[in-house]
Amino acid sequence: MQDAAVATSTSERAGVRLSENLRVIGRNLFPFLVVAVIWEIIARLEVFSRRLFPTLEEIFSSLYRLTVAGILPMHAFETVLRLLSGFAIAAVIGVTIGVLMARSRRAEDIFLPLVSILAPIPGLAYAPLFLLWFGLGNFPAVLLVGFVSMFPIIFNSWTGVKAVKEIWVRSAQAMGADDKRLFRYVILPGALPYILTGMRLGLAQAWRVLVAVEMLAAVPWGLGWLIFGAREMLNTDVMMAGILLIAVIGLLLEKLVFEKIERYTVVRWGMITA
Amino acid sequence: MPLIEVKDVSLAYDTPAGRVQGVLGATFNMEESEFLCLVGPSGCGKSTLLNIIAGFLTPTGGEILIGGKKVSGHGMDRGVVFQDFAQLFPWRTALGNVAFGLEMKGIGKEEREEIALQQLKLVKLEKFANSYPHHLSGGMQQRVAIARALAYNPAVLLMDEPFAALDAMTRDDMQRLLADVWKTTGKTIIYVTHNVAEAVYLADRVIVMTPHPGTVKAEIPITLPRPRDPLSVEFLDHQKQLLNYLGQGTSKAA
Repeated sequence: MQDAAVATSTSERAGVRLSENLRVIGRNLFPFLVVAVIWEIIARLEVFSRRLFPTLEEIFSSLYRLTVAGILPMHAFETVLRLLSGFAIAAVIGVTIGVLMARSRRAEDIFLPLVSILAPIPGLAYAPLFLLWFGLGNFPAVLLVGFVSMFPIIFNSWTGVKAVKEIWVRSAQAMGADDKRLFRYVILPGALPYILTGMRLGLAQAWRVLVAVEMLAAVPWGLGWLIFGAREMLNTDVMMAGILLIAVIGLLLEKLVFEKIERYTVVRWGMITA
Repeated sequence: MPLIEVKDVSLAYDTPAGRVQGVLGATFNMEESEFLCLVGPSGCGKSTLLNIIAGFLTPTGGEILIGGKKVSGHGMDRGVVFQDFAQLFPWRTALGNVAFGLEMKGIGKEEREEIALQQLKLVKLEKFANSYPHHLSGGMQQRVAIARALAYNPAVLLMDEPFAALDAMTRDDMQRLLADVWKTTGKTIIYVTHNVAEAVYLADRVIVMTPHPGTVKAEIPITLPRPRDPLSVEFLDHQKQLLNYLGQGTSKAA
């Protein structure tokens, strides 16, 4: 009797959770649905020529066609590879400089003025210089992505290390931690919420500059190149497919990488709330 | 030979308002397994003195010997518990926090976790070994902090108002628990507080400090049998005596 009651309440609870999930999905999907409907109306009314403003059906059939043909995945692969290479450079150098700035007065005196001046300049403004110095192709593109996305990582690592609580440092020192282990076991985890924020902002920077520089650097593949190239042929459906794919990849990186890392670290530790 | 010798310790520092004598000529000895309370109003230099003993501050005069060795900087012969609950590392479980000192000592994982678990048992938190600090109440966090400071077996435990931020009922529980821990471990403890009743409950000897400049005004042994009854006449007499030294007594003896 009691077992049955428990079973009922469990399945009821599962039901409640399911409908709760559906509500959340619905709430998130609703604005997109509205935009899709407006888009479709504009396309059907032919406010712009059909060639320049394709219907959703045309966009998604292009998306499907290019995906199945392996063209879109290849472009996406190249772009993600450049993104992650550039971002990896930015993460390593950015965290290093940021931490140095926070730990050493001299490093702060040297880097802070430079970083403060260079950071607010739009990433694309550096692109011509990088292309002149390093030629065309992957190298300048990756380098520029790394350079530009480094700044938010520097700033946040710097702030994060400065925000590490003095009492953690004192406790660790009292328990015999030398400088090296203090850094590894206290400073780094203590600064992690900020470092992760910096990386998130850095990745967003990386996306912005990469898509643009892919056109300028005359690389043979890449979503940026695809989108700009499609303009020549008035293939707006291909452009839209490329834009949608960028959104999807960005969302996946956020959900599958950053949120996972956060949930496993700073959220689990109660250092930030989910 | 006493375990700890505090010899004419002074600390002066400069402020915009001029030179301030935080501690002036503090002198006392401590035997092994003694429980000593430093009592005084805020600004009397009791926390400063504790931080000097802990090695976080360097005295401008005098010296401190522990086991005949002069203190310079922090060291693993001393364990420290602060008032702030945030002293625990949020990224480590209760067990991981307690094992930290042992890890720094280079003790292997299995052994240090076994020792850490024993320490958590001592403060009755073995069930929460795998909890992160943010899931623990303030009182529990302070108990983890005590276990953490004891785990690597320092000669002295230094405690800076560890229960001051707790509510009154939890504080009473914690004082009983600390008295038990002290009885079990026989640890030498220096305990800073501004709470006179707390000092009378815990201490073998109370050192009364007064501010401007921060000096040791009196040393009062407390020989009441343990466990102590905070409502007994003798207990209240000791409290009254301490309050008189602090100039806060109701009887205008002076």
